[in-house]
Amino acid sequence: MSRMTLKTEGDTQVVVSRRFAASPEAVYRAHTDPALIQQWMLGPEGWTMPVCISEARPGGAIRYEWTDGKGRGFYLTGHYVELQPHTRIVHVERMHLPDPTPDNHVETTFTPEGRGTLMVMRMTLPDARTRAAMLATGMESGMEASYVRLEGVLGPETNVATGA
Amino acid sequence: MASGNLDAAFSALADSTRRAILARLARGEATVTELARPFRLSQPAISQHLKVLEDAGLVAHRVDGARRPRRLVNAGVDAMDQWLAMLREALEANYARLDDVLATMHRRSRKKGQER
Repeated sequence: MSRMTLKTEGDTQVVVSRRFAASPEAVYRAHTDPALIQQWMLGPEGWTMPVCISEARPGGAIRYEWTDGKGRGFYLTGHYVELQPHTRIVHVERMHLPDPTPDNHVETTFTPEGRGTLMVMRMTLPDARTRAAMLATGMESGMEASYVRLEGVLGPETNVATGA
Repeated sequence: MASGNLDAAFSALADSTRRAILARLARGEATVTELARPFRLSQPAISQHLKVLEDAGLVAHRVDGARRPRRLVNAGVDAMDQWLAMLREALEANYARLDDVLATMHRRSRKKGQER
């Protein structure tokens, strides 16, 4: 499978794309069916999602709760805005760490490509500053190598365009 | 982190000078004078940036005689780190797992088709 790309567009967007060897129907289902979401949207190794609410209808609730099984955990809340089966999902989400992160408006499209699917996830942050901050550390080419805490998150292999 | 600090932390990081200050402090604590030198900025300008970083919970200072060395606050960086980590590392891990889920879905639907 082709590698994931992550790049910025305009002032406030981050676009992630990835190809899958499955039909748009299957990829769409894996993004909306809670029993399927719980199998893959798990984040770092060792984490699980004991709670997954995904009401795939306009206005329907989204709530994902993750735990590392050692007492650490966080959750995400949001809601669906628009759904076109097998083609497009629009939803809003925010993380709670426990402080809520700024609202992230997400449009995910599924396009048939050969025998697979091209998934494009477009995240829109509230303003340029939030987006800049979100990506800043990975785009800073002259950054001190010792600034390791925020490094590696957006690695050099990533196709990051500044949009500037 | 206090409520709302995460927002402040991300806003603070939107400025390249402040990111560079954090990068410098990641190597060890430094005074305003020491920070001002490589950035070719006035000390008041550096102090202003440091205030934003301190308000955001990313930087703290201690008193050492007449010196006020600044240092990185790990808790502040950790909170942002969590969000940024979710965004990229987790996405890649997620999609690798999704490949497996889709392969299983495919096998099951083929099996179902054969039973019909």
